[in-house]
Amino acid sequence: MCLAVPGKIIDIYGQEPMEKMAKVDFGGIIKEINISFIPEAKTGDYCIVHTGFALSLLDEEEAKKVFEEFDSLNKDNLI
Amino acid sequence: MKYLDEYRSAPAVKKLAGLINQTTKSEWKIMEICGGQTHSIVKNGIEEIITDKIKLVHGPGCPVCVTPAEKIDAAVEIALRPGVIFCSYGDMLRVPGRKKDLLSAKALGADVRIIYSPLDALKIAEENPDKEIVFFAIGFETTAPANAASVFQAHSKNIKNFSIISSHFLVPPAIKFILESGINTVNGFLAAGHVCTIMGTEDYEKISVNYKVPVVITGFEPVDILTGIYNCVRLLENNQPKVENSYSRVVRQEGNIRAKKLMFYIFETSDMYWRGIGLIKNSGLALKEKFSAFDAEKKFNVEIRYETNSDALHKCISGLIMQGLKKPSECEHFGTLCTPEHPLGPTMVSSEGACSAYFKYKKINFNN
Ligand code: SF4
Repeated sequence: MCLAVPGKIIDIYGQEPMEKMAKVDFGGIIKEINISFIPEAKTGDYCIVHTGFALSLLDEEEAKKVFEEFDSLNKDNLI
Repeated sequence: MKYLDEYRSAPAVKKLAGLINQTTKSEWKIMEICGGQTHSIVKNGIEEIITDKIKLVHGPGCPVCVTPAEKIDAAVEIALRPGVIFCSYGDMLRVPGRKKDLLSAKALGADVRIIYSPLDALKIAEENPDKEIVFFAIGFETTAPANAASVFQAHSKNIKNFSIISSHFLVPPAIKFILESGINTVNGFLAAGHVCTIMGTEDYEKISVNYKVPVVITGFEPVDILTGIYNCVRLLENNQPKVENSYSRVVRQEGNIRAKKLMFYIFETSDMYWRGIGLIKNSGLALKEKFSAFDAEKKFNVEIRYETNSDALHKCISGLIMQGLKKPSECEHFGTLCTPEHPLGPTMVSSEGACSAYFKYKKINFNN
């Protein structure tokens, strides 16, 4: 029920408050999503979507981190 | 798909499992709170690839499972009233109340519709001014802001033929309930990533300090879950009861302030019954007085009276499962009297319930 999936914002339209909308691309499937909870979103950003609403912007720097941590553990021969 | 596939990568999963196995010295019981995580853990066989020193138990984080049977009875009753279009997330339709589920109400002629977003229900309301649209607003903190947005828009656009049945649950009171039960055996928690996306980390920091228990916030994909388990074990082995955020690509410390604000503009905390568990103080969300015109229970004059748990009649142990005290395979009805087609208790009703996930994916060894 609490699943939310990442998608890429390709177009932003609509007005605040609570009716700011975006077209979001989920691997080829385009949906209209309410982005009022993330008004700072820009075209090209990735966001996390649940029941038609974007809950959060995906931080691309942080997304890399977990794999970088892997690599450093690897170098130390820990894994 | 970007930001999905890499978190399912088999080499990464293997490496992480190895890391967990190297780090684990003692026996630990770790509870994932969220049903979405339970589903992913069982589906991906996570427990099978890590050391059996770690026991994973499954928390109460599935709103479909814990919505009380009495609320479903009320939903069925309202759905059957003439002139009502009843809107619900799909997962709720097959969940039995004490007598019926919404699907059988539909078979009896009720206009029950599955929606993807609460805004769909609002649209149906605008398109059908001569009907009453009732939305079954279930969810944890993840979904509550979206549900609140539907009431906010109905209010601001003066849509009068729209109302909701509020069945919202808050996670931190449930964790405290488990920790204070006196019989708790859980050593560490994996907190639900998307609940924290909205709420932030503050409540969990308090829990971890007050109860001296590590809490690791994480996501839903195998790499996320294993990273969460690894960090939780590391904190447990080093005796560091604190909060760590293993889902920092999505969760910020402060959560989503706008979403939280809207949620508490529309709702206030209230006591709530959790199916299989019972009453937990301040663990729910009810519409504020200002928005009571959107309260379907008031509009249709249905009074809900909670009784002793009717699921208990079947010797269903879902309450113990959701507190981490038992596993689904320990239930005498599992897979025999109780199946997803004929669920006897809450953890079998939704695909995110622990019993249902075990039934679908787990190879159970019936000899032990
Ligand atoms: S298998 Fe069925 S009866 Fe047993 S605990 Fe799970 S839901 Fe309850």
